[in-house]
Amino acid sequence: MKLVSRIFKFLLHFLLVFMAGCVATTPFDYSSFRNHRPRSILVLPPLNQTTDVNAPYTYLSTITRPLAECGYYVFPVAVVDAYMKENGLPSPEEMHGVALEKIRNIIGADAVLYVTIEEWGQKYIIVQSVTTIKAKAQLIDTATGDIIWQGTQAVSQGSGGGDPVAMLINAAVTQVINTMVDYTHGLSRVANHTMIYDSNQGFLAGPYLPPQENDHCGNN
Amino acid sequence: MESIVSKLIATCLKRLVLLISSSIMIGCATSEPLYFWGNYEDLIYQMYMEPGSADTATQVAKLKEDINKASTIGKPVPPGLHSHLGYMYFLQGDTHAAVLELEAEKNLFPESTKFIDGLMGRLKK
Repeated sequence: MKLVSRIFKFLLHFLLVFMAGCVATTPFDYSSFRNHRPRSILVLPPLNQTTDVNAPYTYLSTITRPLAECGYYVFPVAVVDAYMKENGLPSPEEMHGVALEKIRNIIGADAVLYVTIEEWGQKYIIVQSVTTIKAKAQLIDTATGDIIWQGTQAVSQGSGGGDPVAMLINAAVTQVINTMVDYTHGLSRVANHTMIYDSNQGFLAGPYLPPQENDHCGNN
Repeated sequence: MESIVSKLIATCLKRLVLLISSSIMIGCATSEPLYFWGNYEDLIYQMYMEPGSADTATQVAKLKEDINKASTIGKPVPPGLHSHLGYMYFLQGDTHAAVLELEAEKNLFPESTKFIDGLMGRLKK
């Protein structure tokens, strides 16, 4: 039973971190976004600065939904990935090197979202473990090369806190749980959602979204 | 026995975490979703992370099921779903079905025209 209560305590921490993701931050310059207003976005598999080989494609599997729900046409990520691989671009590095003109002429995307994953996965800080995802993203206009939007998103899910003995047990339990469960998939969804829906720094609404009060797709 | 129990716990936890995260995301976003998402993004995750669990036949079956469900509830399927299904048909060697799905993507989302026309040009060769 103790294990169960620890698990719930742990999930509560998780919940709190998620909620923190909805809190607003400093304003942002939207002039470039307002000048371009793309209809369609191509998301390339992210560059990976971490040692976790699963990071780029886990990220890629959670980016379509928030962008499409924000009103954009999002090219089929797996089909584009396969298409590029078949055309002599086996890695994200090579895909990121393709000229914008070529992307515009062959795929017809108005904008490309270039993502770099900077942190991914678990870190142990004394007796706590923290799962973090940090990604930097730039939305580039394929006609002009202008930066339409850019941002960095970091989300974490932590364990521990409280008295030292409890923390030790917590860390041990969390470690056991973490070896069984990959939290990065869920956390990646949260990171992408937060990045796009942030009411101060997120995306402006795309053409498929009914007109929004403040022009953003997230208006919390 | 113990490993079965721990696997079970792991599965439950994973589901719970995903459930919590998606319900919180709904909490942040105010409006009703534009699309019926079904299995599309989970299949993408599986095809890269757990390749055995999402072979082309499984993907075709699940995506067709999603398209049916979406039409039952009267919502469009998300951008990319028809092309993804078309790609799966292509991998199965069914060029005819692949072309139909690619056409469906183009009709729903004209933004895809250039890409789809390019793909179809290759398919018909």
